[in-house]
Amino acid sequence: MGGEPRIGVYICHCGSNIAGTVDVEEVTEFARGLDAVVVARNYVFMCSDQGQEIIKSDIRDFGLNRVVVAACSPTVHELTFRRVLEEAGVNPYLFEMANIREHCSWVTEDRQMATEKAKALVSAAVKRVYYHQPLETRKVPLNPNTLVIGGGIAGIQAALEIANSGHKVYLVERSPSIGGHMIQLDKTFPTLDCSACILTPKMSDVGSHPYIELLTYSEVEQVSGYIGNFKVKISEKARYVDADKCNGCGVCQEKCPWKVDSEFEAGMGKRKVIYTPFPQAVPNIPVIDREHCVYFLKGTCRACEEFCEAKAIDFEQKDETIEVEVGSIILATGYDNFDPSVITQYGYGEFDNVITGLQFERLCNATGPTGGDIVLKDGSTPQSVAIVHCVGSRDKNYHEYCSRVCCMYALKYAHLIKEKTNADIYQYYIDMRCFGKGYEEFYERLSEEGVNFIRGKVGEVTDQALSEEEKGKLVVVAEDTLLGSIIRVPVDMVILCVAMEPQPDVEAIARLFNISRSADGFFLEKHPKLDPVATTTDGVFVAGCCQGPKDIPDTVAQASAAAARVLALISKGEVEIEATTAVIDERICSGCQLCPAICAYHAITFDKGKGVCQVNEALCKGCGACVSSCPSEAITGKHFTTEQIVAEIEGILI
Amino acid sequence: MSFEPKIVAFLCEWCSYRGADLAGTSRMKCAPNVRPIRVKCSSRVESTFILKALQTGADGVIVLGCHPGDCHYTNGNYKTMRRMALLSKLLEQLGIEKERVRLDWVSASEGNKFVSIVNDITAKIKELGPLTKIS
Repeated sequence: MGGEPRIGVYICHCGSNIAGTVDVEEVTEFARGLDAVVVARNYVFMCSDQGQEIIKSDIRDFGLNRVVVAACSPTVHELTFRRVLEEAGVNPYLFEMANIREHCSWVTEDRQMATEKAKALVSAAVKRVYYHQPLETRKVPLNPNTLVIGGGIAGIQAALEIANSGHKVYLVERSPSIGGHMIQLDKTFPTLDCSACILTPKMSDVGSHPYIELLTYSEVEQVSGYIGNFKVKISEKARYVDADKCNGCGVCQEKCPWKVDSEFEAGMGKRKVIYTPFPQAVPNIPVIDREHCVYFLKGTCRACEEFCEAKAIDFEQKDETIEVEVGSIILATGYDNFDPSVITQYGYGEFDNVITGLQFERLCNATGPTGGDIVLKDGSTPQSVAIVHCVGSRDKNYHEYCSRVCCMYALKYAHLIKEKTNADIYQYYIDMRCFGKGYEEFYERLSEEGVNFIRGKVGEVTDQALSEEEKGKLVVVAEDTLLGSIIRVPVDMVILCVAMEPQPDVEAIARLFNISRSADGFFLEKHPKLDPVATTTDGVFVAGCCQGPKDIPDTVAQASAAAARVLALISKGEVEIEATTAVIDERICSGCQLCPAICAYHAITFDKGKGVCQVNEALCKGCGACVSSCPSEAITGKHFTTEQIVAEIEGILI
Repeated sequence: MSFEPKIVAFLCEWCSYRGADLAGTSRMKCAPNVRPIRVKCSSRVESTFILKALQTGADGVIVLGCHPGDCHYTNGNYKTMRRMALLSKLLEQLGIEKERVRLDWVSASEGNKFVSIVNDITAKIKELGPLTKIS
């Protein structure tokens, strides 16, 4: 791109999004007067084919070698316009975008002020682009292996989609078995399929798949590298059972004399200290819970070892660290259930028969602690049940968001209770949200099954009886907002439909993978509508409830989408790495070695022979921390040079 | 005409720029005085950029980055924090009110925080009045 800069400036109306607030004609006229501007135009949609064609033909006709588009945020269309330049034979980095929509027309009320601000932003972009240099993107080969984190339905689906195409997947799950929350559920709405019946075939596919390496009881410890070339350290906890010898007979679990609360049964049942969480566990290899095992606590017992015919018990096993190299990562770390004991007025933890939705799932499940009988703590069958929606969701005190699945599973509970006990059912809802395929129909069906729907948020669950009828019951107090009066309903059981919330260690996971979270605490997708599976870190994708509450169909769809994105990368085989790295001018570098200490990526090394520092471009992320720290100004941050930024400052302060 | 300050905002590409975008997408309204400049990371913002802005006609400067611990580049914002503390001392020596230069954190989901920072500093600088030219 030799010769003097010849700049074309294009102001987008974005329909009325920009032109409604900014005087685009005035801004265009202003741009025409700026240094080195050869042509300035405005057009209704610069991103349209016609808009792009205007730029291309101007590049041809006027010999433009720099382009400024004043339109939306560069996060939306910078790549679009860079491509336009490339197609017209101009290096794509000789382009700058002025964000006069998100940062100007949409946030400003006064037309005159908005126009002035738009002028300043255009002026800054023109001054900056003057100093732009052509840059070349680098291509690096992509490792075709993939890491999937989380073995719930999202992780299982994503892993199978990728592995079925013949590419290696490492699936990491921190509990002893895959299955996630879905395997704990009884039936799935609205079709009432048995959850385990539809999930276990997929689980065993994962367990036996030649392209899936399943790492259960394992957690990711460290991640380094970049898209195409991640290095991941995974720590695998000792199971104290030799996986090669164990034949899954289950004798150890029978003989173990010690019992603790089962996580899988959500506190409704017990498990042994050597255990598989549930009968269909994948892998079907037990683990010894070392925190509760009497051998580890007191050095005695060893009953499991004594009875194991396969000689698979190995108390000497140690935790191991495994290192894998992958090209892409899918996070499918799921959700946690809101703990309703903090809403003290609902009496969870105080009254035996106030339970959470997940506890009800286990109670209702044929493999659960009661063999599927819906019973009260004393073993009797409830005559009446209250189902309370939005516990911790749609509540400013806890989570403002809607958890999206509760209305539907609440309806499912009503159906299952009716089917098994014929109890009276009272649904306390704020709004019924039955938005998915077949959901509204399910709601209609339940309305006809004789369920009582009460529109109102429950204020209190109490055992303080005010009448004979209320004695010995749990009294649910709520305002029926349709009647406009406070009502008290005595029931035997209360089910709390608790919010889905981010995993307790979500913050640490986000940091580990260098991705952002949204205000609700879940992982932030790259774009809420158009890029719902990518994240701000290239090569890291999200699927399922770790990105926000969703039901099983949506989770499966998102997991398949994430897998498709990974497969697209694998199919291409290489990735383009941004050209905006740092470079050290060896003639100026004094070898002070401040920059290697500053760099968070160990991308700068000191060359003893030459006495200067050097940047490894493959490791450099282009943050610019070293550039601004160099006392000799020997480091240049490509595309964010001091010259370019200073020009932008001068331009923006017209 | 009333005094309309010019304020330059250096926004990191990953959190604050997106936070400012979100303010726009959500059609929140804010004072038009703040003019954003995108950088990869707040740690790229040299003290000289801030002085240059004040010298060139800015009445105030804000530097916004990812929240501590959330930096896209691991720890760039901590480096910025240290640099800004030093700069603050220098500004005092130059006779510039230190309130004119502000460091804060805006995540990609905090459009409302971006708006409140913009409105807040605009009001503050209107109170302080124009910055007398420094050379």
